[in-house]
Amino acid sequence: MKIDVSLHKPEIKLESLKEDIKDFLKTSGWEKKLQNAVYSQLNVFPSPCHPAAPPEHMKEPLAYMRKAQGSWEKRILKSLNSMCTELGVPLAQKRSASEQKELLNKWNEMGTDEPDLSLFRPVYAPKDFLEVLMNLRNPNYENGDQPSFRNHLGLIQVPLKVKDIPELKEDFTELGLNIGQLGIDDSAQVPPEFFENEHVRVGQKVLAEQDSAAAQQYVRQGCPTALRADLWALILNISNQPEDILYYEQLKSNVIQHDLLVDSLIYKDVKLTASNDDYYFVFEDYLYQVLLCFSRDTSVLEHFTYSSATPPKSYIRGKLGMEEYAVFYPPNGVIPFHGFSMYVAPLCFLYHEPSKLYQIFREMYVRFFFRLHSISSHPSGIVSLCLLFETLLQTHLPQLFYHLREIGAQPLRISFKWMVRAFSGYLATDQLLLLWDRILGYNSLEILAVLAAAVFAFRAVNLMEVTSLAAAEAVLADLSTLKVMPLLQIFLFATVT
Amino acid sequence: MSGAAGPGPPVGPGRSPLPCAPRPAAALQLSGGTEPTRPGVAVIDLRFPRGAAADVSAAWGGTVQEIVFKNFYTAFLSVRVQRPGPGGSRRWVTCLRDMCLMPCPHTEQGAQDYFSLHRNQMLCDMDQVTAVRFILRQPSPVWLQFTIEELQIFPTGQKSPQTDLPSWLSQLTPPEQPASLHGELPDPEKVSTEVQQMWVLTEVIRTRQAAARIGRFDVDGCYDVNLLSYT
Repeated sequence: MKIDVSLHKPEIKLESLKEDIKDFLKTSGWEKKLQNAVYSQLNVFPSPCHPAAPPEHMKEPLAYMRKAQGSWEKRILKSLNSMCTELGVPLAQKRSASEQKELLNKWNEMGTDEPDLSLFRPVYAPKDFLEVLMNLRNPNYENGDQPSFRNHLGLIQVPLKVKDIPELKEDFTELGLNIGQLGIDDSAQVPPEFFENEHVRVGQKVLAEQDSAAAQQYVRQGCPTALRADLWALILNISNQPEDILYYEQLKSNVIQHDLLVDSLIYKDVKLTASNDDYYFVFEDYLYQVLLCFSRDTSVLEHFTYSSATPPKSYIRGKLGMEEYAVFYPPNGVIPFHGFSMYVAPLCFLYHEPSKLYQIFREMYVRFFFRLHSISSHPSGIVSLCLLFETLLQTHLPQLFYHLREIGAQPLRISFKWMVRAFSGYLATDQLLLLWDRILGYNSLEILAVLAAAVFAFRAVNLMEVTSLAAAEAVLADLSTLKVMPLLQIFLFATVT
Repeated sequence: MSGAAGPGPPVGPGRSPLPCAPRPAAALQLSGGTEPTRPGVAVIDLRFPRGAAADVSAAWGGTVQEIVFKNFYTAFLSVRVQRPGPGGSRRWVTCLRDMCLMPCPHTEQGAQDYFSLHRNQMLCDMDQVTAVRFILRQPSPVWLQFTIEELQIFPTGQKSPQTDLPSWLSQLTPPEQPASLHGELPDPEKVSTEVQQMWVLTEVIRTRQAAARIGRFDVDGCYDVNLLSYT
């Protein structure tokens, strides 16, 4: 940030220089920008640890979870290495000059490419990850074989603290029955004078003030479609300055120069998921432009200080074991799994400029999405979300929970894939964006678990009739007609507890 | 897991803990019981070696500044210290009563966190201490073991480690009244020191900019990678 204070003006006096600079910061809007930047950092970074705590404690305080994450990562590395050896493809190599030129020419239409990806397979799918989470055990916890009050009735057996409905009601006050919501009070039957017009007016004011904290509070009641892109950018503190555009161009040149095995995994994932989706197939080219650059972005490595995961390491060919030639692979340390591209797809509805779309996705990833595929005890981590879902269902729909368990259809087996993808690809896009408004507004992913439980509650009558896991899956196969905000409101505020 | 002081965490510059040899946590047993039960109460006793053990403890006057430890599934902690009482005898005094380490003892919250107990938090004076007793309670039956680890006791007289604050941050002045210029010019010395301070600030920021991320992931332009490493 460069501040150009013109010191030649006669009004500026030496004695009051300090005050003048403070006033200048206020009037030029830089004070607000500084506030937004500080607020953004407070949201992303966890509170400082005890000084005696080692760095791994900030990543994950529980030792057995760190160990489990380490084993899981080792499995992924082995899988990737064996794919490499089988296919005879190196993890990374430099592209020849002609290949580079060819890629540059078709940068905007990489979707038209049809490379042979039949031999590539995704490194892992959500159901493999669920198996690992099901086997997670605290060695200091009494996990007897006999069923007792110690064993949880669901699939997750670790005793993390999760919230109950009274605590969730307090946290999600703005979703209450007597507070206006977009997604409920903007429907065709409700005259816009009651809520919608005023809400839009307040939204415009928030954007004019450029205040991140106010925007975060505002989106808890939903974003008007016209203002959503700007409001999310304000909350995530993305301004798309020239240096950001330049950084994106540099990433693009890195993609052109080096070919990574991970690129083929990304291609395959996009072709298998987003390209087959009715809503997202039009954005296929954007997805490549974002995800290929994402793999080369070393700034993503910073999030590993507060994530329980560790980036995979490798050595330059022929220099095994020599620390000066140690590199991270991929450069951003994140190995994509089956469905990863669905984190980006909904954002394509909001942002059309590749550099801005890229930055928004990167910020969403290092704030939220990384928690959905790593093992940690964080309240927004996938383990806590699974336990929260199971506990909510068991407490408030005990008959349904028991019935599904008896027929061999543990509810988490069905809802896990929804939560890992943050419901992307399962809900209609407008409903998904209303849900992600609340994720940003509350800076937490717990709403995913609450929605999953609310969906089961909504279809409880049908689910009580099924007699097998396959039939239960069929009842819950299509969520595209669901309206998320009424479901959440009823589950949290209108269910008799 | 015993409560022995193993390789402890880094303590920071200028601080060294007192050498002490805590015995492992001993669970309370009811007399006459035949089977070993899990009563949910355990005690760790610390006695400070006198004399030849270390210079630190020999010169130590018995004052305790801070106690640092890592929790391992203990829910509540009480601390008692042995101090000289009236008439020359030594008595046990409770200095911390039922401090909650795990807000929800059946769940993992706080189970493996680091804690600090400062002398200001204690109920009594932490002077002339000859022994310390930690009483651990874990009412939940779901945990197999509970104790506290990496126990470190810091005497007074040492500087507590401070994070590196830039010098200008510690010299933040409170908002001043605007100088009144009626009839007199401001002191040129004062003005020039203020301008100098601000100049130093901009210089520091300018030199720090060199650490901006460059984003290179290759080594000298080469990123030929074969296989991932497991270590």
